[in-house]
Amino acid sequence: MNSTVKAKYSPASFLGAFLKKISKANKTYGVEWWIMIAGIVIVLFMLFTAFFPQVLAPYLPGDQDAGTQLEAPSMQHLFGTDNLNRDIFSRVIYGSRTILGVAFAAAFLSSIIGIPLGLISGYAGGVFDRILSLVMDSIYSFPGLILAIAFAAMLGPGVVNITLAVSVIYIPTYFRLVRGQVLTLKEELYVEAARSIGAGDSAILFKYIFPNVIATVAIVFSLNIADAIMTEAALSYIGLGLPAGIPDWGMDISIGKSFLPSGVWWMITFPGLAIILLALGFTMLGEGLAEILNPRLLEK
Amino acid sequence: MKGLLRYAITRILMTIPMLFILLTIVFLVLRVMPGDPVSAMLGAHAPERVIEEKKEELGLNKPILVQYVNYLGQLARFDLGNSMVLKQRVSAPIKEKLPATIELTFWGMVFTLLIGVPLGAYAANKRRTGRDFGIRLYGNIAYCIPVYWMGLMLQLIFGVYLKWLPVAGRTSPRMLSSQFSKTGFYLFDTLLAGNMRAFNDVAIHLLLPSLTLGIVLSGIFVRLTRANMLDVLKSDYVLAARARGVSEKLVVYKHGLKNAFIPILTMLGLQFAILLAGAVLTETTFSWPGMGRLLMERIYLRDYPTVQGVIVVFALMVSVISLMVDLLYAAIDPRVKY
Repeated sequence: MNSTVKAKYSPASFLGAFLKKISKANKTYGVEWWIMIAGIVIVLFMLFTAFFPQVLAPYLPGDQDAGTQLEAPSMQHLFGTDNLNRDIFSRVIYGSRTILGVAFAAAFLSSIIGIPLGLISGYAGGVFDRILSLVMDSIYSFPGLILAIAFAAMLGPGVVNITLAVSVIYIPTYFRLVRGQVLTLKEELYVEAARSIGAGDSAILFKYIFPNVIATVAIVFSLNIADAIMTEAALSYIGLGLPAGIPDWGMDISIGKSFLPSGVWWMITFPGLAIILLALGFTMLGEGLAEILNPRLLEK
Repeated sequence: MKGLLRYAITRILMTIPMLFILLTIVFLVLRVMPGDPVSAMLGAHAPERVIEEKKEELGLNKPILVQYVNYLGQLARFDLGNSMVLKQRVSAPIKEKLPATIELTFWGMVFTLLIGVPLGAYAANKRRTGRDFGIRLYGNIAYCIPVYWMGLMLQLIFGVYLKWLPVAGRTSPRMLSSQFSKTGFYLFDTLLAGNMRAFNDVAIHLLLPSLTLGIVLSGIFVRLTRANMLDVLKSDYVLAARARGVSEKLVVYKHGLKNAFIPILTMLGLQFAILLAGAVLTETTFSWPGMGRLLMERIYLRDYPTVQGVIVVFALMVSVISLMVDLLYAAIDPRVKY
């Protein structure tokens, strides 16, 4: 194969072009640029709390500070305490690890299944493509959360199970995105050129088409993590998530729900704000990227 | 008109494979995964013989393929079967709960549009100003709010602190729904019965759950309306209207919004799935006796036929809405021909 063509579409040069585009974007896009920066800051902060919770959290998530049951926020307990004398601030900090872990793993899992299927289906076409598209469209059009509820209920609680339940519903997202792009990209001149110099199907697919899909996948991946965060939290809120003992925002909200009538606002408020902040971080990151890399994507 | 009819029929036929695929997935998920209804029903300590007899009775000892074919045959006769756990037809609880969910989603959608569309149009009109940025930020945040959390916050404010609105159920406990429940749509039923006291009671119970759905979903519509309005405001006929000296308000909210509404309408079909998912969570938060609560209850009981039935109905609802939206689209936009 022609080495210059190969070099142009290598991952390293792609990354270079990507960074160049982003650094240029600073000048042309005002607000979008700052939205993305804000998103990055939020995501990095949350990643920090997930990896080093002990730096910020004064207690362990399971620590019970005797005699402080259902205490309102104070200097000792910034976010107050729950019904089991546990410090809610520490539980929120430690909870970021759980939800980020599940959301990342689920988004990763759905992308490594959805992307290759979309590539092959879009490239191959024919009956295989039609059937697969029909299956994916059916899942896509159905309320994802309800499907995830059915999966999670049957699999039972557990970190791996909830990750599987969340990942299943996002496979069609990647499939549809990648397939749609492949359908246009495979008609491009440079693909024809590659074919004319004797490149095989797998070379065309993975060396010429795939690198051009990555930018869009990056955007959708970020937005998808935001969605997966919401789904994970919803599943654990309705009691289908994780076994007791793992600090989890959705579950903490559902426990706090029973103390709401007596005016205990801190048990639900803070985990909820954490979910919003985290999902917002990934949404802003994704949307900032989208505006900069592919302004038309989100309008479709 | 003939073309439209043909299109409608094709669209209806196209929903069949979708239903079939979803059903197959749900059937497999329920059968292949651990946990069975018989031990959920009889308890883990029931004698082996009793369990086997029960399985025989329910047809659970047959091969999965046979069970699957039987189930499909049943569905083809529009029969959802019998519940495995309770002595009732699957259709019985669904008939009872479906109106509650439809009522909730309908008013949720009304609030969504009432909040989202004007805000989005206003933001588009004031683009690149502080107000535009603020509304976009609202849209993004609203989209990221867990719907159950929003519900709990509204419960806290309007139910616990202010004590203005009830936070659970469709009516007050002392209100006898048998006095007016005819169609199951309580707002409509109470009007039919001319029972204004009951109407007010139903309305205030409906307010918080549907407002919750409306606020959370309005985020998507703010963004959609804004993006579409921006496109429309750039078009020639808006320029022409401005040139004729039509006032700015009329240009934006009449000429602009009317045309921006068509793409928004098409999105309504897609967003309906999100609305339904939101309704399930809202129902658990507000103890709303709808399909979502039914689904959750029966999942824990491992009542396969009812869970399948609920999923079929959800899938049907999604298809019907997207069909209606497509037909409406064809009716509104004279350029669309089938």
